[in-house]
Amino acid sequence: MEYWRWQEYHRIFSEKKWKNKDIITAGVDVGSVGSKAAILIDGEVYSWGVMRTGSNSPDSAKKALDWAMEGTGLRVNDFKYIVGTGYGRVNVPMANKAITEIACHAKGANYIWGPSVRTVLDVGGQDIKAIHCDETGRVTSFLMNDKCAAGTGRGMEVFADLLKIPIEKIGEVSLNVEEEPPPVSCTCVAFAKTEAMGLLRKGWSKEKVLAAYTHAMAIRMGNLVKRVGLEKEFVITGGQSKNIGIVSRIETALGVKCLPMPDWRDNGLDPMIAGAIGAALFGKALYEKAQKS
Amino acid sequence: MITVGIDLGTQTVKAVVLKDGAVVSRGKAFSGFDPAKSAQQAVDEALKEAKFSLSDVNHVTATGSGMEMAPNANSTISMMGADAQAGVFLFPKARTIIDVGAEEARAVKCDDNGIMMDFVVNERCAAGAGAFIEAMARALEVKLEDMGPLSLKAERASPINASCVIFGESDVVTLIHRQESKPEIARAIFDAMADRISSMVHRLGVNPDVVLVGGVAKDVGFVASLKRKLSIDVLIPEYPEYAGALGAALVAVRRAKKV
Amino acid sequence: MVIITHYGYSDGSGEYYIVIDADKCIGCAKCIVQCPQSTLELIDMLIDLEDKTVAAVTEQQRKNIKYACSPCKPESGNAPCVMACEQKAIWCVWNPR
Repeated sequence: MEYWRWQEYHRIFSEKKWKNKDIITAGVDVGSVGSKAAILIDGEVYSWGVMRTGSNSPDSAKKALDWAMEGTGLRVNDFKYIVGTGYGRVNVPMANKAITEIACHAKGANYIWGPSVRTVLDVGGQDIKAIHCDETGRVTSFLMNDKCAAGTGRGMEVFADLLKIPIEKIGEVSLNVEEEPPPVSCTCVAFAKTEAMGLLRKGWSKEKVLAAYTHAMAIRMGNLVKRVGLEKEFVITGGQSKNIGIVSRIETALGVKCLPMPDWRDNGLDPMIAGAIGAALFGKALYEKAQKS
Repeated sequence: MITVGIDLGTQTVKAVVLKDGAVVSRGKAFSGFDPAKSAQQAVDEALKEAKFSLSDVNHVTATGSGMEMAPNANSTISMMGADAQAGVFLFPKARTIIDVGAEEARAVKCDDNGIMMDFVVNERCAAGAGAFIEAMARALEVKLEDMGPLSLKAERASPINASCVIFGESDVVTLIHRQESKPEIARAIFDAMADRISSMVHRLGVNPDVVLVGGVAKDVGFVASLKRKLSIDVLIPEYPEYAGALGAALVAVRRAKKV
Repeated sequence: MVIITHYGYSDGSGEYYIVIDADKCIGCAKCIVQCPQSTLELIDMLIDLEDKTVAAVTEQQRKNIKYACSPCKPESGNAPCVMACEQKAIWCVWNPR
């Protein structure tokens, strides 16, 4: 069951070539929906792969790494250090170490967007993370919400189902209103759904109901960001970052524009692999530290 | 002295007719789109059964989340106040009343006169009330009334995400595909709810006797889980979902005498 | 430096967090000893490439924090864990709606 359907893919920056003396590290990020792996040569992204986790996460870790390795000529013992992270970070059997996904995500965001990033809001299928970091990508404050579906991809899917709107269109449909309606009064998705049905009966259009719900969700997510401290530059990652209705409303709620998404199709880096990149960067740092002592 | 109590809940409206300190009749209707109309229906049904007309009634008191919409009400009382009155009326030694409804759960501490002294409310999150059980029953493809008996067949509870109705639904669907035991899933649902409710009650202090009311009190699965978590016996009246309306009708007696 | 971790959640009924500053925390476990609900434990957190032993909320209690902590009346500012900490590394954010 996926909420933002994305293609499984892998990519090699083939103009890079690796040599045995290079510090080759890998990061594997096993999420509840997707498993991502990134391979770095001397701290620079060389290749990566993204695939669906499925039901067996130790297997997913290996498959994701295999896919990132495909076509590179690398074998597992070429890696100087492998770091596992994510939901199932304990299930990355080939890893030298497991590190929390928060730390890896912040490091990865710092790599993708640069040292100006201070606040990261990651909205996934089943959880929301708000992270504040410094110029090196070190976490200074964070919170993770996976207790309540409000604002997650799963919560949005409930509304997409209720209003019979295809999930990839809910962003643009929610913006298709003349005037922004007040937010629904219930944060709870289950109760908001009942409230929405009442509004539809009162004659509200689907667009207006969706706008009211998205408005409430954006306020909630804005509050999560404020709790860790909003500081520019601000970026939004995760499946919901592709929902323009949510992104524009969070920007309004916080009074701050977020940095644009890099277009990974254009040889940029997909923010979905931020965690895997961060993990591989930690791998390099830990390897170098071990070499010194 | 004839009084009527109306409880305008989010899902159903309940009415109770009280004559000279005894319950004479009850009425019920779905709140639906027009709670005021449903309230009138529930009252009419109860009055008809009692063979009274509205002019016979000395005082009408309303309670529940929709209390302001009650037609023909002379006064209102908070749900906590109503619960305390009903609890002590039904069980004179009652000092802690737990009311678990469709969208809200609360615990009330009262004295021997049924006057509310302290309370805790759990609202605005569906996982804390009956809505959770209903949603899980749908996901399990089991009738709501079968959930309780089903859960009693389980020796243990399956590990499900019971912190949110929406996440819980996805978890249940996955577990069903994996052919996990339905009784164990049902039990996990009741255990999770009982855990939340009992923690809420502990905030007030568990003072016996403990009475359980509200629609969810009819569910044997929930009651079993709650008794386990609280480690104390829990008293349940015959018509637990009418406790709010009964409490309101009792308050109406006091109010009628004042005027 | 600060490393502030919020354990808990916000949902329809409000926001509830036990907040621990992993930089200030010295891993003395006084808060864990004082907690009547077994909500806290010691974990290893990677900080600047070193593992540091600090206090944290257990995995099972993170989604249950409203119920686990409410008997200690965290909104008062005098919860036993908060009072036990000499480093002022732990505090509560408790805002029911």
